[in-house]
Amino acid sequence: MKVTIDGITIDVPKGTTILEAARMIGPEVAPPTMCYYSKLKTSGGYCRTCIVKVTQGSAANPTPMPKPVASCRTEVMDGMVVENTINNDVLEARKGVVEFLLINHPLDCPVCDQAGECSLQDLSYEHGAAKTRYEFPRREFERIDIGKYVQLHMNRCIMCFRCVKVAEQLTDNRVHGVMHRGDAAEISTYIENVIENEFSGNVIDVCPVGALTDKTFRFKSRVWFTKPVDASCDCKKCSGKVRLWMKGPDVLRVTARKNMWAEVEEFICNTCRFDRKSVSDWKIEGPSPIHRGSVISQNHYNHLNELKVQVMKQQKALGFMDINKRP
Amino acid sequence: MQLTNRKVVVSKKEQSFAEKLYLPAIAKGMMITASHLFKKSPTINYPEQKRPIAPVFRGQHVLKRDENGAERCTSCGMCAVACPAEAITMTSGERKKGEEHLYREEKYAATYEIDMLRCIFCGLCEEACPKEAIFLTDRLVDTEFERRDFIYGKDKLVEKIDQRIDVTKRQTPEVLAFKKIPGLKHNELFDKKLDKGNKH
Repeated sequence: MKVTIDGITIDVPKGTTILEAARMIGPEVAPPTMCYYSKLKTSGGYCRTCIVKVTQGSAANPTPMPKPVASCRTEVMDGMVVENTINNDVLEARKGVVEFLLINHPLDCPVCDQAGECSLQDLSYEHGAAKTRYEFPRREFERIDIGKYVQLHMNRCIMCFRCVKVAEQLTDNRVHGVMHRGDAAEISTYIENVIENEFSGNVIDVCPVGALTDKTFRFKSRVWFTKPVDASCDCKKCSGKVRLWMKGPDVLRVTARKNMWAEVEEFICNTCRFDRKSVSDWKIEGPSPIHRGSVISQNHYNHLNELKVQVMKQQKALGFMDINKRP
Repeated sequence: MQLTNRKVVVSKKEQSFAEKLYLPAIAKGMMITASHLFKKSPTINYPEQKRPIAPVFRGQHVLKRDENGAERCTSCGMCAVACPAEAITMTSGERKKGEEHLYREEKYAATYEIDMLRCIFCGLCEEACPKEAIFLTDRLVDTEFERRDFIYGKDKLVEKIDQRIDVTKRQTPEVLAFKKIPGLKHNELFDKKLDKGNKH
């Protein structure tokens, strides 16, 4: 099936959603996501961040769809034409969605441990809506204790349901879910039950905001002062492929490795995540690739090495002649 | 190439009798010395007298408290990441129940250190601060004998409750408005995207 997204045509198999097709093309045209998670079944369709404009439904029926559609839940048709970043209406509508997501968000980024790797922070900055116009009282919750490893901040939750899907699909004995409906909905555990399943720590990684954070990392350091390092170990329960967040010789935090879509590559178990906090527990593979524009690469001066490599290359090409002279 | 017209060609000619006496030269020198007694002195006696400084002078930092006396700093690390000299380090603590009068928010700076020998007083930390907590003041950093004494901790940086430090000069409406304007970088990017969309 041929589908055209932002003027780029790609051939995709039947049943692919617009979002997946856009991700196949690349990050430039892929719509941002808050609730969709490719590793979790039936995720998506809640946040409306990934809305796109379909200007031509299919080759057989070229009428445009009347409203922007959620690309994570809309399957492509042959000859479909989709506009994402080139359509002004889509950007405006998405900006509106961001404002809606921020209505009940406390915007306490200076306190939040997720700041620096938060999808909502990125999304709102990308759309120029980092400040909220909402002046009314936000909904606030009493803090619920859900165990010694995971910290739940309901105030920051945007109801993406990702953690619920993790509990449903990864852990065998689900103890937490969404209570109530609509505006009153909240993430809760079954009668204050603590999450004790072996894979429950993954709710931290899938949470796009700072609603679920690591208690063992709580207020230890801002994310951008730690250095991410890829490491592995022989774990019987999971693949053992993790990312260590180090400060000097200390391992402050262990997370799963995330790909370019901020989705984990392989889910890891709680033993790896919370109990192996020493370098001797791990086989270090090397520094993790971090995008240069990311705040996490801030102050690490990685780009100086890149520059050096470039200069060396140029010098070599010139046979160690004057590097200021262009070839 | 001639840079100045003060060039003198050195000559080795024999000194005259008057020159050999040196007395006229000494008298000439004493005249110059004496004339300076009646001129205005270019120096001032520093600790007693102080020169006027600009209203935007950037001196020793202060960590402000809010109107209730609670520390404003939440240890968010924006100052440390903005600091070009990497002079600021901090560790965070979690506020316990009953400490609401001490710390404004859930998280606070358990330790906060500025190395005054590293600091270049550029003021980027106060620009980065989202909580209006750190300000540079018109105070000068004291001289010390030991290098370790230049690492200022919270004991020196946080203002005393009964001795508040006035920073209204640096908190002009323009500065406060600057932090709130939408014309920051991310908004420009968004505007550009919109322009592209319109052309299409």
